[in-house]
Amino acid sequence: MALVKYNDRSLRNLTTAPAAVTGNSPGALVHIKTLTASSSATLTFLHGSSDVVFNSTYPIYKLVYTSMHPSQQSIFSFQTTTDGTNYNTSVTSTSFGAYQNEGGSDTDLGYEAGQDQANGTAFQGLMSFGSNIADNDAAFSGELTIFNPSSTTFVKHWMSDLNFYGGSNYSQRSQHAGYFNTTSAITGIQFKMINSGNIDSGTIKLYGIKDS
Amino acid sequence: MAIRTAVNRALTAITALPTAAALTDGNLTLLTTLTASSSSAVTFDSSINSTYNSYQIHIIQAHCSADNKILQMGFRDGSTAYDATKTTTYFASQHKEDASGGALGYNTDQDQAQATGFLNISEALGADNDQCTNGIIEIFNPSSTTFVKNFIGRMSYNHQNDREMDVFVAGYCNVTAAIDGFQFKMDSGNIDSGTFKLYGVGPKQ
Repeated sequence: MALVKYNDRSLRNLTTAPAAVTGNSPGALVHIKTLTASSSATLTFLHGSSDVVFNSTYPIYKLVYTSMHPSQQSIFSFQTTTDGTNYNTSVTSTSFGAYQNEGGSDTDLGYEAGQDQANGTAFQGLMSFGSNIADNDAAFSGELTIFNPSSTTFVKHWMSDLNFYGGSNYSQRSQHAGYFNTTSAITGIQFKMINSGNIDSGTIKLYGIKDS
Repeated sequence: MAIRTAVNRALTAITALPTAAALTDGNLTLLTTLTASSSSAVTFDSSINSTYNSYQIHIIQAHCSADNKILQMGFRDGSTAYDATKTTTYFASQHKEDASGGALGYNTDQDQAQATGFLNISEALGADNDQCTNGIIEIFNPSSTTFVKNFIGRMSYNHQNDREMDVFVAGYCNVTAAIDGFQFKMDSGNIDSGTFKLYGVGPKQ
């Protein structure tokens, strides 16, 4: 049988590559797990559970939340665990944000003292100056980066950046950063709406950034 | 119709993977890892060229030996020195462990205006055993010989006064020469420990 030879055009419609070629991911950003909210009270990534990897395998982890929709107006938040059960790690954090209403009449940029923590153990809010509303088209998206959560030497720093649909029709960009003030390894991370209600829909993807 | 299965010899004419998002996806390619160990400087002086659209440097738990050190970054633009001219901005959000000092502000002490010195990216570092600085810095199209070279960065670190610092630094190297190297150092003393990783971003050009 004659050998059929392929060229670049032969491959232009491909959307995935074999794992043997790419090592399951074509780059250093490795997808680990996707959680899809469905009237969910919490969304949890815990190392060793449900195929989640959250340990020394990767030095940096990135979580990307897309089109998250709450069941009622509320603030998106997260916490971590060092014992696999209790999500209450001591955290010191900062919070600031910028906003503008749809009418273009109200804008601001500033620090939000109501949402920082000083060695607090509460869930860390990730929305400055407001909360995401529950209108059918209202959602928030963003990302969270955590540095070396498995370290037993250093505190664990993190950075968050998200945009949300705030009350009275505001676009609100929110920046948070901080550190979990523990030298114990962090083994899990949990998200929820901080006030009340569920996460109706949306996805959170956990990625690891390859070490080598 | 029977499935036609390719063999290696059938793919010898392939020179590039498809650019479909699922295959490239703005992904990262690790180029170099440098580990500081009482190092006077950490230097990336290769692999920075036109291969990738942009480059990221990930700084993971860099630690200094004494309080009040400044982690700095220099850009090389063709010579051996890391002294490319820069104009930059620097602002930060901060909050102390005792719940005081929550603030957001621009820091004119840390920015540069057409300066050639090393750029401060984390100042007044804490040196407690568990304190460190972390961040990601991205440099866009460093090999351009037409445009200035923009960069953005965000650092999260422990200030010597036990406060969280969330720093946003950005600017441009105001040169049309290619940027082909980066160097990190403390303003004095060594980088005790820490990991610095250089990534190419996105598909190869």
